[in-house]
Amino acid sequence: MQRRHVVQYGAAGVGAVALMLGVGWWRVDGPGAPKPAGQRPLPLSAMDFRLTDHEGNEVGPETLIGRPTMVFFGFTYCPDVCPTTLSDISGWLEDLGNEAAQMNVVFITVDPARDTVEAMAEYVGYFHPAIRGWTGPANQIARAAEGFRASYERVPTEGGDYTMNHTASVFLFDAKGELVTMIDYHEPREFAVPKIRRALTEYVEGAT
Amino acid sequence: MSLLLLLSGTSTPVFAGSEDVVVENAWSRASIGVNRPGAAYMTVRNTGEDTVTLTGLTTPLAMMPEIHETKTNAEGVSSMAPAGEITIEPGQSVALKPGGLHAMLMKLQNPMIEGETFPLTLTFSDGGEVTVEVPILGIAARGPES
Repeated sequence: MQRRHVVQYGAAGVGAVALMLGVGWWRVDGPGAPKPAGQRPLPLSAMDFRLTDHEGNEVGPETLIGRPTMVFFGFTYCPDVCPTTLSDISGWLEDLGNEAAQMNVVFITVDPARDTVEAMAEYVGYFHPAIRGWTGPANQIARAAEGFRASYERVPTEGGDYTMNHTASVFLFDAKGELVTMIDYHEPREFAVPKIRRALTEYVEGAT
Repeated sequence: MSLLLLLSGTSTPVFAGSEDVVVENAWSRASIGVNRPGAAYMTVRNTGEDTVTLTGLTTPLAMMPEIHETKTNAEGVSSMAPAGEITIEPGQSVALKPGGLHAMLMKLQNPMIEGETFPLTLTFSDGGEVTVEVPILGIAARGPES
């Protein structure tokens, strides 16, 4: 008798959890769900999303066309990968010196709930001044991630907070908005600057 | 006794293994306030002849310090999870470094301020402890020298 109650409650609990997971999947993981390997990001001209930069300007993929572009995804509550990527990129931009001034460098948050315009402004302020921080409504972040074929997922932590799994690659586009290459997180970092130079070179060749 | 250990920063020789653990090149990044988790990095070297197992962390700086591991899969998606216990064979070392193992400092009690240090205690399965003063570098620091 006692046991039957437990079983019934257990089933209800499983149902509730499944429903929550389903809702969570739909809202967070649906549009940003992992893509099959080999799916290349779209050209910037084929993307469609509206976000706000850390200075409050309305931005979108068209903002980036006309100059070579570096884009990466992350979030400011990320203790390890994101500050590492941001400091690596800051170092690459220092190596590129004046060439870096010709580029767009954009950090798009996958955690818009916590990463407000103000939070992004404060955070990017600690890194190279060329780095812009973009945030916006969850559905627009999802559309941006979809265009780049980036994925992200909210994961609860033991402390009652949550962290985000996300694509840690850096995307490089030429001035026309075509993908040049990607820098994977595990790649030796000395390969990064030559790759960025390639994006810049295509820009020079494409210049009229 | 434990207070003495904390102050002296060494473990006591009655333990089997952890007294031969040396922590090198510890560093961390400054935090923005206390809402975001911090991270600390170091090399943990076993200079002794017994295998040691690192079981946990304690620090007055954070209520929930834990060793986590960042992994990046074939699709380039990075994820983070508790690393569990870490076994270090005699003569070997384990590197806690950006993009891999790191001490994740959850529930910060104070902001991590550049130029300051904080004590971090590593606990081992033999009951021993090793405490290290971790320097806090800038938010954009890339390693122990930057």
